[in-house]
Amino acid sequence: MSNITDTPPKLVVEGLYKIFGKHPQQALQWVKEGMNKQELLDQKHHVLGLQDINLSIQPRSIEVIMGLSGSGKSTLIRHFNRLLEPTAGKILLDGEDILTFNQRQLREMRLHKIAMVFQKFALMPHLTIAENVQYGLKLRGSSLKEADLQERCTYWLERVGLKGMEQHYPRQLSGGMQQRVGLARALATDADILLMDEAFSALDPLIRTDMQDMLLSLQQELNKTIIFITHDLDEALRIGDSIAILRDGALIQQGNAQDILLNPVDAYVRRFVADVNRTRVLKVKTIMQGMNALPTDIDDSRPMTVKGSRSVEYLLNKTILQNPSAIWVVNNKGERIGYIDRAILANTIGRDEEADQDWEGLWAASA
Amino acid sequence: MDWLTEFPALSYDALREINKAVDTTFRDFSREYGSSIEQFFDPLLQFLVWLEQLLITTPWPIIIGLVALVSWFASRNYKIVLGATISLLLIGIFGMWENTMSTLSIITVCTLLSILLGLPIGILMAHSNRAQSFITPILDVMQTMPSFVYLIPVVMLLGIGKVPGVIAVVIYAIPPMIRLTNLGIRHVDKAVLEAAEAFGSTYWQKLRQVQLPLALPSIFAGINQTIMMSLSMVVIASMIGVKGLGQPVLKAITNQYFAMGLFNGLAIVALAIIFDRVSQSYGKRLQGQHNA
Ligand SMILES: Nc1ncnc2c1ncn2[C@@H]1O[C@H](COP(=O)(O)OP(=O)(O)OP(=O)(O)O)[C@@H](O)[C@H]1O
Ligand SMILES: [Mg+2]
Repeated sequence: MSNITDTPPKLVVEGLYKIFGKHPQQALQWVKEGMNKQELLDQKHHVLGLQDINLSIQPRSIEVIMGLSGSGKSTLIRHFNRLLEPTAGKILLDGEDILTFNQRQLREMRLHKIAMVFQKFALMPHLTIAENVQYGLKLRGSSLKEADLQERCTYWLERVGLKGMEQHYPRQLSGGMQQRVGLARALATDADILLMDEAFSALDPLIRTDMQDMLLSLQQELNKTIIFITHDLDEALRIGDSIAILRDGALIQQGNAQDILLNPVDAYVRRFVADVNRTRVLKVKTIMQGMNALPTDIDDSRPMTVKGSRSVEYLLNKTILQNPSAIWVVNNKGERIGYIDRAILANTIGRDEEADQDWEGLWAASA
Repeated sequence: MDWLTEFPALSYDALREINKAVDTTFRDFSREYGSSIEQFFDPLLQFLVWLEQLLITTPWPIIIGLVALVSWFASRNYKIVLGATISLLLIGIFGMWENTMSTLSIITVCTLLSILLGLPIGILMAHSNRAQSFITPILDVMQTMPSFVYLIPVVMLLGIGKVPGVIAVVIYAIPPMIRLTNLGIRHVDKAVLEAAEAFGSTYWQKLRQVQLPLALPSIFAGINQTIMMSLSMVVIASMIGVKGLGQPVLKAITNQYFAMGLFNGLAIVALAIIFDRVSQSYGKRLQGQHNA
């Protein structure tokens, strides 16, 4: 599917296990012999945090990790910068196994390659906003001049919309503003990987949407590899290029939003996606017909065009307003790449279980 | 059935033997090492004498001015400054200036020593649960053991004088410093520590830039309590030859001079209140900086 590309992955996780308890290696054997999370907890008093995670994350994309509370999301993301040590497995960053790193290499990686944004912001309460933003840079020691620090700090504060707040303290800021500082602190290090553990979950819905927009617009230009944890599917679908779903410490599905919506692998995932407004999530290009399979009777007197990257919801609104005779899907350059059949569009609104089958067929055709 | 009504204690002779064994062992120890231990503490004694002389020989208006200045910068509260100044003036008028300066010097040294020793011990305790479970019972003993009891070995080792006095006071006054340092560090928000680590802090950077600054209000509460407890030990310390406000109190007790005891006692109280208000308002100001 769409996440299989030619570029080498940024981060690869192979056979990752994490078991909390006194004798993790012993417990690992039991798990490999087939014991599940509940049994391990009840009988052996060990917590199965992660089991056999295999994951590959593309550079310059937003990978969302989803799952219910306790499914191991935080545990997984904390392995990427080795805040936690795995019980077994490999983690490759740009092809290098970070588990073989010594203290110095590990520190180097945290200083330069991976930055993190936290759910409860985790700003230093005794430092000013400016000092907080410069925190990661200052840890590097003498390599940066004071003027340089100031400049970067001012730049990033402005980018996250907090110009002029340098001398305030975190407690003087609202939650949303504090998280902007958290984001600026992470971005200021120029790390190309950003770990975000429920970074927006503590914020009000409106502010949360603002933050998502800001992150997306920053990402358009920065092209970082972002690993974003959330338990909110709407958020996941909105920002994720790819979504990984965890349950009881195991990875049960990874794919893009369309994959997850159209082909949930099991009841757990289906439950996750049950309440989603599909027209908002699905992209126009997933329901179009290719140029090689056009109907013969197209009335092109009042044509309308829509970009393939737009949502179906947008398409519906536009269709109702303009009442075109034909709907063409175009790419960013304005070239026609497909055609929308009205019958299929109608199905999108009044979809039922049978429509699901059609959808899958359509999806397969357009992929 | 004797052993039920009468506790089956060791015989008088056996007890006497045990006591004698402990005493002679310790006496031999102090004969053997007493003078080298004394030598070890010599710099401390020099410093004590020097500070006491400095405080006594400095003209009193300068001392009062300095106290007022320090109070102002610590508390930014003119009431506290005024109270400190007036108390010191009254102390001087009632002829207790020199003793007060002696006490001030001893308290200063004891507090400095407690901080110097207590801070690293507190940090160690916060760092390791094992250290904590080892040190906590020792602190409990230090705080609950009647102070007279540990005066005995100190005096046996070092005789009577300033240094044994300081040691006794520090033993009594250091536990809150250690405890509150430990507590302050342990209570630092885990999320903030995790952030420090995630951005690449080393262990020492984390301690110096995050844990200690955030534990500072708690550490200051510890310093405050240490000062208060040192002051309350002044009278007992005077029993082993420490000069200062404790000595006239002791004299007043043995000779039943009520007024003399009262005035000197009030002088101790005045010192205590000054120290307390100044250090507490400083601690509060520190705290106000972090928490809304
Ligand atoms: N230090 C630890 N010791 C023991 N068990 C732990 C530890 N940390 C996490 N766990 C357990 O591992 C499992 C996964 O926890 P984790 O925090 O990764 O979940 P999560 O998906 O982030 O949940 P949430 O949405 O609540 O943040 C849970 O069962 C949790 O109890
Ligand atoms: Mg979590």
